[in-house]
Amino acid sequence: MADTSFVPAASQSRKGKLALRWLLYILLGLFALFYLMPLFVMITTSLKSLDEIRTGDLIALPREVTFDAWRTAWSGACTGIQCEGVRPFFWNSILIAIPAVAISTLLGAMNGYVVAQWRFRGANIIFSLMLFGCFIPFQVVLLPMARILGMMGIAGTIPGLIFVHVIYGLGFTTLFFRNYYVSIPAELTKAAKVDGAGFFRIFWSIFLPLSLPIIVVTVIWQFTQIWNDFLFGVSFSQAGTQPVTVALNNIVNSTTGVKEYNVDMAAAIIAALPTLFVYVVAGKYFVRGLTAGSVKG
Amino acid sequence: MDPILEIKNLYKNYGPVEILKDINVSIEPGDFLVLVGPSGCGKSTLLNCIAGLEPITGGSLHIGGQDMTNVSPKDRDIAMVFQSYALYPTMTVAKNITFGMKVRGVDQATQNQKLAHVAQQLQIEPLLNRKPGQLSGGQRQRVAMGRALVRDPKLFLFDEPLSNLDAKLRVEMRTEIKALHQRLGASMVYVTHDQIEAMTLASKIVVMKGGVIQQIGTPAEIYNRPANLFVADFMGSPAMNLIPARTRRSGGVSLIEIKRKEGDPIILQDANNRDLPEEVILGVRPEDIADAGIRAGADTQNADCIIDIVEPAGADTYAVLQLGGKHVTARLHSETTAAPGVAQRLAFDLGKVSYFAPDTGLRLN
Amino acid sequence: MTKWLEENTPKLVLAPSFVAILVFVYGFIAWTAWVSLTRSRLLPKYEIKGFIQYERLFDSPRWDTAFSNLFVFGFLFIAIAMILGLVLAILLDQNIRTEGAIRTIYLYPMALSMIVTGTAWKWILNPGLGLEALVRGWGFPDFTFDWLVNPDMAIYTIVIAAIWQSSGFVMALFLAGLRSVDQEIIKAAQVDGIPTWRVYTAIIIPSMAPIFLSAFIVLSHLAIKSFDLVIALTGGGPGYATDLPATYMYAMAFSRGDIGQAASSAMIMMMVVFAIVVPYLYSELRSKNG
Repeated sequence: MADTSFVPAASQSRKGKLALRWLLYILLGLFALFYLMPLFVMITTSLKSLDEIRTGDLIALPREVTFDAWRTAWSGACTGIQCEGVRPFFWNSILIAIPAVAISTLLGAMNGYVVAQWRFRGANIIFSLMLFGCFIPFQVVLLPMARILGMMGIAGTIPGLIFVHVIYGLGFTTLFFRNYYVSIPAELTKAAKVDGAGFFRIFWSIFLPLSLPIIVVTVIWQFTQIWNDFLFGVSFSQAGTQPVTVALNNIVNSTTGVKEYNVDMAAAIIAALPTLFVYVVAGKYFVRGLTAGSVKG
Repeated sequence: MDPILEIKNLYKNYGPVEILKDINVSIEPGDFLVLVGPSGCGKSTLLNCIAGLEPITGGSLHIGGQDMTNVSPKDRDIAMVFQSYALYPTMTVAKNITFGMKVRGVDQATQNQKLAHVAQQLQIEPLLNRKPGQLSGGQRQRVAMGRALVRDPKLFLFDEPLSNLDAKLRVEMRTEIKALHQRLGASMVYVTHDQIEAMTLASKIVVMKGGVIQQIGTPAEIYNRPANLFVADFMGSPAMNLIPARTRRSGGVSLIEIKRKEGDPIILQDANNRDLPEEVILGVRPEDIADAGIRAGADTQNADCIIDIVEPAGADTYAVLQLGGKHVTARLHSETTAAPGVAQRLAFDLGKVSYFAPDTGLRLN
Repeated sequence: MTKWLEENTPKLVLAPSFVAILVFVYGFIAWTAWVSLTRSRLLPKYEIKGFIQYERLFDSPRWDTAFSNLFVFGFLFIAIAMILGLVLAILLDQNIRTEGAIRTIYLYPMALSMIVTGTAWKWILNPGLGLEALVRGWGFPDFTFDWLVNPDMAIYTIVIAAIWQSSGFVMALFLAGLRSVDQEIIKAAQVDGIPTWRVYTAIIIPSMAPIFLSAFIVLSHLAIKSFDLVIALTGGGPGYATDLPATYMYAMAFSRGDIGQAASSAMIMMMVVFAIVVPYLYSELRSKNG
């Protein structure tokens, strides 16, 4: 921790220092308000009735707490022609995210293990090419992917979306595991080879048991990415297979009927809950995933 | 009996870079072979080639009379101890030691029996249920040895196993490895950059530099008759004094002329080496330059030299002086009268000197 | 055979992923590049006709807006998020007792979907019932804050929401960077009596140059890919006022059925990304291998 706080300058009186300290905390508090305000507004709005929203102000607490908006958002709000709320789409997102996270993490672990511990001629080039794939704007693959999914007969289906998320998640999952495994001494693999273990045995008995932290980081990263995805969801799904982000957008931007802000907010919170939950429970690993590769030792 | 390890004309390249050039080594059963050299000399690569962890580019490699050139590590009947110990971090000590047997499908009873035997041998019984992270450096070292011992292989390979230990523990473990070797009578190949380790452990030393073997011999041969300037300088501490000198023949002896800082050159007579070229590098171990009078023998000759620095080191006192334009270390008695700036009569033991050609660096006598 | 299998297992394991990346990334880029050079409209054609799609693109006022929006949005978003992130990191670096909690608060928006962020800010910024109404209610009846529906200002609402979402992440990056500076140097500076602000400006911040670069890369990447936020917050409107290349491409591909325009705009996006990322990746990989 950078201990730059003490200032032994003689000119600075203790009073001045205290004032500075207060200023610091006030500033930090104001920023905290800035970040919390939208969440606060979302929650309070979702608990108000439409009448109260029209007459009251944005940041007031609800005079009368009502969960009607939540009920509507969950099972009654209209996404286009359907009016079943976000529930079926929430379920879709789970059906997409779980297999896609599992498959891309497993493949990433194997790939990272190969690239970090079983270097062969060309392995670095292959890794660079995979890494590059992380950075392309996905717009550049939308058109051909739509056609290929059609040819494979999985256009507009949940397996199709799983497939897409696995393919374009591979770069990152491989990167995570590679960077983790590269710090494990190569002597460990050598020792196991002398002990008679082969490729899979070494992975299963030695590397996998070591990998819990990076598995958590990768799973969280992939889950957040896939759950929050909108571009693939909106491009490659059809009426019954949309993920929750697409459904939320449809609810908010549906032009029919009265604008129900409280329902919009409730639906938004529902769509955000799983990733928020993960963030609160495993924030450390979440941040590690975000900063992985960006900050070098 | 077949040599336990026989390497013939081994080459190893990484792309266009030659790492090992024409390596020929063979050791008998029970030998303790030490590969020594500065870092980057290829000694660890050679060990990895012996283990089968690195494929070789050319030549052949036999272990126990069988051609192992293209055999994978697990089938070479070897065990290896690594510099970082390479203990499996998630397994207990017991599991670390038995992992190899488990992979090979050895039955549980045999595993337990061998584990118990090795644990008792190395006195690590209380550690068996701990994880490597909970062990000290010395304990990890023992476990790594245990993992190798339990294999009971034809050949043990050690890759700088002591370099991660502190100085005191290193000396203790060195003695222990030596004792183990004597007790088991096993064949070992041991890599180190530490020439003292090489001298104390080896029955046979291979000195390497730049992927080329410089000299193979017993510790005494290497120490007393280094094959070239590199070996002379690398083996021994303090290093051998390498003094430029001129020679001429006079009657039945060679006269060796060494420049002093002040006054006339020193002239030493060597009756044993008569056919020396005019220019040589004279190699003298520090202990072969002593206080005059204390050391006397047929080949000992005295000369007065001005001492520059005196370094008492307990049992001995080292004196530094200038001869032939080089700093020269002499190993004097701890109660020597030598003092800085004062001339001291020193005895040179000509019976043990080496001569090297200045251009090729090769030994002349 | 077993020996061959043993030696090539690693390659065989990596092969499917490699082939997938080769086809679905590089093959697809090639396909898009090819199609961007044809007369494709509703259906792809494969006869190369030169740069007509790019000419059409740069003649289109809508693309013009989208492309210049990218630079306005990108510049403001990156600059403000970096400055804000750095300031927050330095403030948090002063032995703050509640640091953990504050960090959690600053960073949580990063866990949200851009769609959620857009939805929330759309509500907050809507002139009728949101912030404008709130301030008017406080006794400033002439207060106007209608950026969301003002074609000249709407792009800035996207900047606000994007900064809200990402600045905490920049803070986390910078904070990690501040903490990785050699403590002995800082102590030496303090012993020399150098004031804290000088320690930051002269020692700590210059030594974080690689982190500035990383943050810049990540943020510019986010900026170019921004799609969900625009869709949720403004839908590209009013009119086309807040279109970005990403929304333009999507509109061409899926609502206008103009594959040629979609492909050429996607290629332009990729070139912008590559112009920024390629030098970075190249130097990264070179320094890692060297």
